[in-house]
Amino acid sequence: MSGAATSDQARAARSTRRAPWPGRAGHGFVAAYLVLLIAFGVVPTGYAIYFAFTNADGRLSGLSNFATAARDFRYLPAVGHVALYLLFWLAALVVFVVALALLLHRLAGQGISRALRFLYYIPGALAGAASVMVWLFLLDPSVSPAGFLLRALGFDTFGQVIAPGHLPVLFTLIAFWTGAGGWIVVMYGALNNIPHDLIEAARIDGAGAWQTARRIQIPLLRKWIVYMVILAFAGGTQLFVEPQLLSQASVGVAGRDYSLNQLSYDFAFQNNDVNSAAAISVELLLIGLIVAALFVARSGFFDAD
Amino acid sequence: MPTDTHTAPSHAAPSPAGTRPPAGQRTRRRGRVPRNPLPALVLGLFVLFFVLPVLWLLLAATKTDDQLVNANPLSFGSFHALRANWDALTSYQGDAILLWLRNSALYSFLALVITLAVAVPAGYALAMTEFRGRRTLLIATLVVMLMPNATLVVPLFLEINAVHLIGSMWSIILPYAFYPFGVYLTYIYFTTALPRELMEAARLDGCSEFGAFRRVALPLAAPVVALVGFFSFVANWTNYYLPYVLLPESGQFPVQVGLGTLLDDVPQFNPTVGSLAVQRPELALATLLAITPVLIVFLFSQRFLVAGMLAGATKS
Repeated sequence: MSGAATSDQARAARSTRRAPWPGRAGHGFVAAYLVLLIAFGVVPTGYAIYFAFTNADGRLSGLSNFATAARDFRYLPAVGHVALYLLFWLAALVVFVVALALLLHRLAGQGISRALRFLYYIPGALAGAASVMVWLFLLDPSVSPAGFLLRALGFDTFGQVIAPGHLPVLFTLIAFWTGAGGWIVVMYGALNNIPHDLIEAARIDGAGAWQTARRIQIPLLRKWIVYMVILAFAGGTQLFVEPQLLSQASVGVAGRDYSLNQLSYDFAFQNNDVNSAAAISVELLLIGLIVAALFVARSGFFDAD
Repeated sequence: MPTDTHTAPSHAAPSPAGTRPPAGQRTRRRGRVPRNPLPALVLGLFVLFFVLPVLWLLLAATKTDDQLVNANPLSFGSFHALRANWDALTSYQGDAILLWLRNSALYSFLALVITLAVAVPAGYALAMTEFRGRRTLLIATLVVMLMPNATLVVPLFLEINAVHLIGSMWSIILPYAFYPFGVYLTYIYFTTALPRELMEAARLDGCSEFGAFRRVALPLAAPVVALVGFFSFVANWTNYYLPYVLLPESGQFPVQVGLGTLLDDVPQFNPTVGSLAVQRPELALATLLAITPVLIVFLFSQRFLVAGMLAGATKS
């Protein structure tokens, strides 16, 4: 009844919306937002494109900035780093966030469930530089509360822990630690939106917890999972603060020019090559757009409109 | 129809009412079948994963560097050491940490106010009104929201540089205030939780477009206002890249960028540090100070959100 019911309601709402609502006041409501959108969304995008396709003298230069960036010895490794990190990060996010939200949703005690959601969310307060600070300590066997674990894995020094091969996993850990709680709250909310009758009907038909999750809850969560993946992907390609601070903390040994954003930053502010920096920006932008468009088109996420 | 009006928001907002019945079922079943311990174990392990580092951070600020290395990681140091860490931290570049905290508060608060004033009406208009360009604006919002905004930091620097606003606090407050995710959240909330019949009734009763928004939509929007406000505040408070690029002077740094400055002066992470050295527990204390406002806001928002949901549920 109800996954369909909600979309029926939405459809009904849509069909009634257009006709009896002649209001033109919409423009007034969105005017301020439009100004910000143009000033800080459209104009910088235009700037990025302009700089990406011109040279230092402001003349059109075709794809030469892209070629310069791609030929840089740091470029391909950075692409690989970010891709690998995204793989780990998205997999961890989808598997654990959905599983934890389902488990929390099944908990008998409302109070316990709410308390756990809050506890999982707490690290969200440490997003950005603060989480990196904490993890610099956590990954240092000499001071870490999980030092025994690190030593059991054969790492005795901070240097061994942050070996280049470990970085995708470490950045995934940091990102998951700070970001997962928020998504768990969102997934939990989405689970609550699944009408109770539907779950009850499944239960009466003999579905266990696993069956209910697999056949009803996860399919109905799909829209939210896709949403999470899009945003996490977009966020993941931006990787900057983690490797940047890690490279500071290891005197440039680990994490220097690790991500594309760092490379773009270095082009702009170390090499004074704004055009190549903009070329990388445009590439990242394009990747984000293509993936977003694919997800939007294939997931039916935009059903609402 | 009045029933419709009240049940709809309670359905849309995650409401405890929705989960109470299965809870009853579970209790009944628990009497017969022994409970599978695996879910509890998994949930418990993740509690450790998420909470232990925070707990460690709290305790680290109360220790000396020596205790940090040699004492039990989860032991309390002493108030004396905490005091010493505080004194050492605040004397770093003459109260720099307090200045950074003040900057963060100023930037995040102003951006939050502008974000709410801009995003809520925009989300409402996209959801509930019809105007030329509505669909384009909606798609543009989704696109910009999904766009990795850090990729625009360098171009934003060039734009702000061109209008000579580098070094002005507005150079980061205004970009912070542009928050398409907030518009999208509001849009989703109004499309799913606000019945159109209600808005039509308001209009039939003689409300103007703005009156309908202010008297009907806005009072029902409290949960989403809290949600957008919370996400916006957290996003702005924790932003690192934009202020790192746009603000040239240490005196203007928000605390996030300030933490990076402190990190550079910790000898264990940067052996070349001279007399400026910052001890690790001081860095831990600074990190703690940097996150406290967000933690407090979260506690406050959580209560508010839950209250909003309960209000929706009990009315039905």
